[in-house]
Amino acid sequence: MKKFFFICFVSIILAAMILPACAAPVTDVIKVGVIGPMKFMEGENHWNGAVLARDEINAAGGVNLNGKKYQIQLIKADSNEILSPTDAAAAMERLITVDKPDFVIGGFRTEGVFPMQEVAMNYKKIFMNCGAATRALQAKVETNYDRYKYFFKVTPYNEYFLVSTDFKMLNMVATILKKELNLPATEKLRVAIVAEKLTWADAMVTTAEATIPKLGMEVVGTWRPSDTATDVNAELTAIAAKNPHIIFPTFSGPVGVTFGKQAGEMQIPAAIVGIVVEAQKSGYWEATGGKGNYVMTLNTYADGVAVTEKTLPFLAKYKKQFGQFPSYTAASYDAVLMMKGIIEKAQSLDPEILVPLIEKSEYLSTAGLIKYYPVGPDTKAPACPHDIMYGPGLTTGLGTQWQNGQLKGVWPAKGIGTGGFENIDYPGIVPYMIPPAVIEKFKVK
Amino acid sequence: MFQAFVIQALVTGGVYALLAVGFSLIFGVARMVNLAHTSFLMLAAYGMFYTTYRLGLDVFTAILISLVATIIIGLVSYKLFIDRIREHEVTVMLITLALATIFQESMILAFGAHFREAPTLIPGYAEIFAVKVMYQHLLTIAVVAVVLLGMWLLLTKTKLGIAIRATAQDAEIANLMGINVSNILLVAMGIAAALASIAGIVVAPLWVVFPYMWMSPLVMIMAIVVLGGLGSIKGSLIAAFIIGLVEVAVVFYLPGGSFLRSAIALLVMVIILVVRPEGLYGIVFEEERL
Repeated sequence: MKKFFFICFVSIILAAMILPACAAPVTDVIKVGVIGPMKFMEGENHWNGAVLARDEINAAGGVNLNGKKYQIQLIKADSNEILSPTDAAAAMERLITVDKPDFVIGGFRTEGVFPMQEVAMNYKKIFMNCGAATRALQAKVETNYDRYKYFFKVTPYNEYFLVSTDFKMLNMVATILKKELNLPATEKLRVAIVAEKLTWADAMVTTAEATIPKLGMEVVGTWRPSDTATDVNAELTAIAAKNPHIIFPTFSGPVGVTFGKQAGEMQIPAAIVGIVVEAQKSGYWEATGGKGNYVMTLNTYADGVAVTEKTLPFLAKYKKQFGQFPSYTAASYDAVLMMKGIIEKAQSLDPEILVPLIEKSEYLSTAGLIKYYPVGPDTKAPACPHDIMYGPGLTTGLGTQWQNGQLKGVWPAKGIGTGGFENIDYPGIVPYMIPPAVIEKFKVK
Repeated sequence: MFQAFVIQALVTGGVYALLAVGFSLIFGVARMVNLAHTSFLMLAAYGMFYTTYRLGLDVFTAILISLVATIIIGLVSYKLFIDRIREHEVTVMLITLALATIFQESMILAFGAHFREAPTLIPGYAEIFAVKVMYQHLLTIAVVAVVLLGMWLLLTKTKLGIAIRATAQDAEIANLMGINVSNILLVAMGIAAALASIAGIVVAPLWVVFPYMWMSPLVMIMAIVVLGGLGSIKGSLIAAFIIGLVEVAVVFYLPGGSFLRSAIALLVMVIILVVRPEGLYGIVFEEERL
């Protein structure tokens, strides 16, 4: 009997090894690896964006390469990087060596993208990062071009531009608060900086502490809770004791939900404006039970705001197919479509041919015009080769605010700002709303 | 500032105390390190989310369903997986850890790894010495008091309680005295699941509901229970407030390092244990239990 079971066991193992090799090889496909934290919203958005692009391309006949039409085939890889960044490298290794994609898109958390980048570069695989901001990822292209030239950014722009946009939004809110609350011109607005303790936020905190006083505001303190903190009541109480007009958050993790929810429940009288990745998602309203009202965050998409001619059709399609609003990692949609154009132009899948073309490409995405900072001395910090260009007419991002259950675009606001941002007029932008608790506490009658 | 610090320390300690009581109880009476304890909290939180926001039931019905469902899951888990190996402590730990992971993955399958909300039982806040304290936090402290009183009455004034304590002291002798040990441990497991469920119903509205929410509090309550002295509910209660005090002190007086609140609290625990290895109220004689 034991022998019988042993023979069965060996047969099954052999069959499992041999049968896949016997399957008819699938030809005429371009394989795209989509890697991200698939159990989480960020990975779901990576996947959903890529699915939309795949369906669009395949429905139109596919990618035209050397006289043949190639269908896009997506391969999903769960990096689990939110919970365990160390899993990410193994997921990328498996994706590249077993599934053999032609290029890879995705990545979210810097701590996970660093090891994934190394693996992808080992195999000279093009990796379009759709999620991690950290400039240090792109800086490797600058310092060791031959090894890291296969790494490109699709979204977001790096943390220095993120913080620059953050300050622009902060300035807008400060201007509105001063005006609407009738505050004396001499009064300095007080700002509390709150940032999760993750790599990407470190540089932002340092810059914020140095820059906010230059903007004529006073920093009352900096708090650094864990990105997974379940209770920030103590932080909120300590912040409230400092009496700030504005709270300036930098959150990518679940602490963003906890913070908004508890601040709303306690009606902390301060305008919350900064980066709260969770507040970029349609689920934020439900997750905070509506207590995240008036939270303003840097974002990529806002309901009804047309950043480019592609934005609204994309948002409509996404909502129709997936029943929710996309977050910024859904820019995987743009990554796939952009690569289609590059491959058709190159008439090749060879990374050595594709890389120079990507470097020189100009692609009108759903979030702006994607162009890359060139390699060479003309690119000066904080810009970086293979990072997307930032500014009016390129990619700017949006400031969105939760207004009574709807995620509204409130920045860039025409007439507010400098450096060309004051001239931006995206259709669908609405005025910023001051939280009633702030008006009640600070308005000078 | 100082009154804010004191009030916050009490509030944070109260939350930890509620979480630690059930864990301490099940260890004290059944000698079981139940690593699935906080996963019952997570299941109750999902129960509240699902029954209120998805089924549209009122809060009281939702509490009843969540509580009963969690207790049933606890009892079934015990009967199917733990009962037969309960003599093997390490195996029990592994099995309960596996159960917690299964519950976690089940919630991912059912609801995805998205962040959800459990309904706040008493919305709003009170101002105590000009410090805003959420009613939900005050409710948590009140529930801790009620739970402790209830457990004390159950374990000291009822036949069931005496049977539970007898089983905890010496299961073999208790068996010889006619106590059905297996049934008593099943009841103890049911009580522990109920306490975890109550903690979930009361505490989850303060937090974010997601499938991994059981991990972080498990570490903290294990630290609290060890610090208080294994099996001592009184010790756990005091340890919960010590840990709460240390955490809030870090947030208030070292704001830039507030992410270190748990690490520093655990460091304080280590220091206390080095001085007093049995914990604050470590049990020397069985009579001291409770």
